[in-house]
Amino acid sequence: MALLEIKSLTKNFGGLAAVSNVDLYLEEQELVGLIGPNGAGKTTLFNLLTGVYEPSEGEVNFQGERLNGKKPFVIANKGLSRTFQNIRLFRELTVLDNVLIAMNNRYKEGLFTSILRLPKFYKVEASMKEEALSLLQIFELDGKNEELAKNLSYGEQRRLEIVRALATKPKILFLDEPAAGMNPQETADLTALIRKIQKEFAITVLLIEHDMSLVMDVCERIYVLEYGQLIAHGTPDEIKVNPKVIQAYLGGEV
Amino acid sequence: MKLVNRHTFAWLIVIVISFLAIEGLVSVGILDVFYEMALVQIGINIILGIGLNLIIGVSGQFSLGHAGFMAIGAYSVGIVYLDNPTVTGFFLGVLLGLVLSGVVALLIGIPTLRLKGDYLAIATLGVSEIIRIAITNMKITNGAAGISGIPLFDAIPMRQLVFIFVVIVTIIVVNYVRSSDGRATLSIRENEIAAESMGINTTKYKVMAFVIGAMTASIAGGLYASYFNTIVPTNFNFMKSVDILIIVVFGGIGSFTGTFVAALVLGILNTLLQDVSDLRMIIYSLALIIIMIFKPSGLLGTKEFSFSKLFSKKIKKAKKGGSTDGSVRN
Repeated sequence: MALLEIKSLTKNFGGLAAVSNVDLYLEEQELVGLIGPNGAGKTTLFNLLTGVYEPSEGEVNFQGERLNGKKPFVIANKGLSRTFQNIRLFRELTVLDNVLIAMNNRYKEGLFTSILRLPKFYKVEASMKEEALSLLQIFELDGKNEELAKNLSYGEQRRLEIVRALATKPKILFLDEPAAGMNPQETADLTALIRKIQKEFAITVLLIEHDMSLVMDVCERIYVLEYGQLIAHGTPDEIKVNPKVIQAYLGGEV
Repeated sequence: MKLVNRHTFAWLIVIVISFLAIEGLVSVGILDVFYEMALVQIGINIILGIGLNLIIGVSGQFSLGHAGFMAIGAYSVGIVYLDNPTVTGFFLGVLLGLVLSGVVALLIGIPTLRLKGDYLAIATLGVSEIIRIAITNMKITNGAAGISGIPLFDAIPMRQLVFIFVVIVTIIVVNYVRSSDGRATLSIRENEIAAESMGINTTKYKVMAFVIGAMTASIAGGLYASYFNTIVPTNFNFMKSVDILIIVVFGGIGSFTGTFVAALVLGILNTLLQDVSDLRMIIYSLALIIIMIFKPSGLLGTKEFSFSKLFSKKIKKAKKGGSTDGSVRN
């Protein structure tokens, strides 16, 4: 059975079906792309999968468990983590704190332990920090632990978002346009990074991206969304020659 | 692992020195009864400010109802302590206040903390008014006439009792904020959607901050009741909530040392201006306007004043001085 299975998922905003009748599945340790023109409903689909929106119809099953209507934090704790298209870091907090917050649920300090500063508090705190630092090191952010998140460069902020998402120990990572606003060199670095994440952390990645070179390069399968509907699904090579996809992107009749 | 680290040690020194300084000034007679009263009031305001800063500055939820929880604490101590004027009676009153304010905050927090910004402010304002009006109309609280003749806590001088409570409340709140739970609470202020997506149960942490804040306010209320002997419902009206809010904003939303500084500065200002009572409100307001124009983020912004850094700088300097005169070989 697939790790994540979505059946005829629909989300209506008033009369507009932002996502309609989408079927999608993700296998374990897969790298899957989700592309489509602007306004196709890609981010809405992410928001449905992570609980920000509740689906109007259809269902989301993760490891055989229905996720519809669950709150975002519950879904996050089940192992579905994400980054945001418009960066949503905890701007006034340090880089290290940003990562530690994402680990909040996996480490229990306990209210009284932390108020009374019992030895257990320092122990838990130390192991949290250790894990956070090793994560930051992988993404070459370890020199900036004490920097405020808002003072990082754009590329670093994007990377920190990924680190933060990984700190929740997800089984599936949703990346929402991680290469947006990056120059070609940064995009190339990111491509390598995404591969590395998937290999090292052995997780499934669903990637929204407009940069076709990146998508075609790293994804094993690609879903194409247009006006909320799935118009194509296949390997990068299949997608490249799919007439419906070409029409969606370039216009013209088929 | 060391039991006491440098940071804790620095604060310990600050606590001991300020305690001794106050006691010293009182014993040589510089701090007379009048100033002692101002001091107690400042202490109570610090407790109130710390609690409200936890709600506004850390969890980012705008509450205008702090005086309501203070009233619960004040009336709990007033009623219980009057009935049982012993040390046990006083602490039973405080305990009752803690439980009641905690329960009320929990019951109110769960529905109202779904609201955001202005709506939450109005809702909390409404809650504190409901508490005040309930007190005005209840028999046990003696209605609008209030309770008078509440005994003064006399096992130790009131200034010491308030000092101890300021220390305890501050340690509890600051330790809470600087823990995993506290970081989770901060993340709500920073970005609620992101916090939730990182697995933070935002409702839980918002309610928690609200409940802890309310409970500290009830402690302040209890101390107030015992010190001033008389409490009437109008002591805890909307203006009291605003007074506390001013301290938090003046010191810097999110900065606990800022709250200390603001409570001290405003308290001293208030006391010094007592002789020119006509001008008092004008100067007081002017001070507020000036700080808001030149430093809208408050005296300390979101920064914390660190004594341990100050000390380590001094120590470094002293070490440097020591090695240059050649008496220390290194």
